[in-house]
Amino acid sequence: MNRLSVDLPGLQLKNPIMPASGCFGFGQEYSKFYDLSLLGAIMIKATTWETRLGNPTPRVAETASGMLNAIGLQNPGLKSVMEGELPWLEQYDVPIIANVAGTETADYVEVAKMISTAPNVKALELNISCPNVKEGGITFGVDPVIAKELTAAVKAVSNVPVYVKLSPNVTDIKKVAIAVEEGGADGITMINTLLGMRLDEKTGKPVIANKTGGLSGPAIKPVAIKMVHEVFQVVNIPIIGMGGITSTQDVIDFLSVGASAVAVGTANFVNPFICPTIIDELPAKLDELGINHISELIGRSHRP
Amino acid sequence: MILQDIMVVQSHKELAHNIFELKLTGKLVKEIESPGQFVHVRVSDSYDMLLRRPISIASIDEDASEITLLYRAEGDGTKALSKKREGDTVDVLGPLGIGFPVEETAAGETAFLIGGGIGVPPLYELSKQLTAKGVTCVHVLGFQSENVVFYEEEFKALGETHIVTVDGSAGTQGFVTNVMAKLGNDFATYYSCGPMAMLNAVQIAYQDKKGFLSFEQRMGCGVGACFACVCETTDKSDKAYIKVCSDGPVFPAGVVKI
Repeated sequence: MNRLSVDLPGLQLKNPIMPASGCFGFGQEYSKFYDLSLLGAIMIKATTWETRLGNPTPRVAETASGMLNAIGLQNPGLKSVMEGELPWLEQYDVPIIANVAGTETADYVEVAKMISTAPNVKALELNISCPNVKEGGITFGVDPVIAKELTAAVKAVSNVPVYVKLSPNVTDIKKVAIAVEEGGADGITMINTLLGMRLDEKTGKPVIANKTGGLSGPAIKPVAIKMVHEVFQVVNIPIIGMGGITSTQDVIDFLSVGASAVAVGTANFVNPFICPTIIDELPAKLDELGINHISELIGRSHRP
Repeated sequence: MILQDIMVVQSHKELAHNIFELKLTGKLVKEIESPGQFVHVRVSDSYDMLLRRPISIASIDEDASEITLLYRAEGDGTKALSKKREGDTVDVLGPLGIGFPVEETAAGETAFLIGGGIGVPPLYELSKQLTAKGVTCVHVLGFQSENVVFYEEEFKALGETHIVTVDGSAGTQGFVTNVMAKLGNDFATYYSCGPMAMLNAVQIAYQDKKGFLSFEQRMGCGVGACFACVCETTDKSDKAYIKVCSDGPVFPAGVVKI
């Protein structure tokens, strides 16, 4: 019996560990370090209809226990992803979760319709939370009504289950979570980055060319844990949790508050082997906790 | 092949004001393909200073499995790194990127190597490899002032070396271009690494020459996955941005829009 297997809409995962979108490209760079088939799934970099060049540089800045980024959804565009990146990933036995982004509803719908027909794309991750683009992205994720409408529009055309990636940059994330569930979402992924700014010591001006960036890394884990904890209590769809995971214990924490699986983001940059390392360590961690199957951990924080 | 190696500090000393020379041994040394490649270094085991620091490789001793890194301790990360002592270990990812093409200069030809500040280090290994194959190297090395000049004797041992300082406290006063103007154009290839303004000046001065420039950019992953360290190209196609970490850091002159 596989003690780490997780079944989610569209996704039969060998284990609950997957690299987060934007932190793993389309897999090619990390395939030089290990066999990508070891992963539970791969969340590929956000794909838009058109080729995007992204923001000016500098695009990253380190902060205490974290980093800011404002890449701006640079990607080669739908056609190139469909013809190049996705077929290349077919050599691996790993489900792909395609992150879908756009400027307006029609873009999201078009990309979702096409990319969900790729044989290895088993689910979509609807990106309504990118904080680094002027149009689209987060503007869809901060208003429950708009988030619900977009979810419904994408759900209507997608061949695979749709997960919606939520932004923490809202007053009440529960409202957005409930709205996307009503819109037909099959699952939720959370959280995207928190908006932040770092100043240059000499000039007093923002370091990042975009001025603001998305904060990620261990610094945001407490925020993510708290938000998964509250969303778990108000929705009936599964959650893939993310935000600052760097260790096996962090994975246990996310599962405990209600995530069914997790994504590892920024930590890939620090340790390219972080995902397979956590996967290796999980069985011993389950033994330590006296648990047979990893699913027994899901939501244990909420039990009496 | 890129390795994540736990390397051992063989020696570590301050050569000039805040300029450190770090010698490390480990198995990734055997994987280095060209001078100008770099390594991505974790400055501590803690996640407080999260990201790795890209540092160019200044010298390679393959027989001893040893590399020399020369870096400036300026921010908190490199200051933490400067605390490492002999026998300590350092988590190093590398070798990364595409370095200087030694093969672009033939034996008997002359190459100009022009460096500025902390862009000087990778030119040392380059010069070692070029001179070993019979290329005559002329070095023009620019620094802010005398107290941050390093490796002057090492470069002199390899060939003609001109030191330039902004304040004139060592060598010629001014910028590398002041010395370049006097040296003429009788050379086959130039190689350069340093601040953007310097690279631009060098590129303009040697418009008709074959040259290779090494660029710097803030990096995330160092392996091409995060799209943080891009630079704009002169090409207007879809490849308008290229990645410094994996497409570079060395590009032929004219490719990157400066």
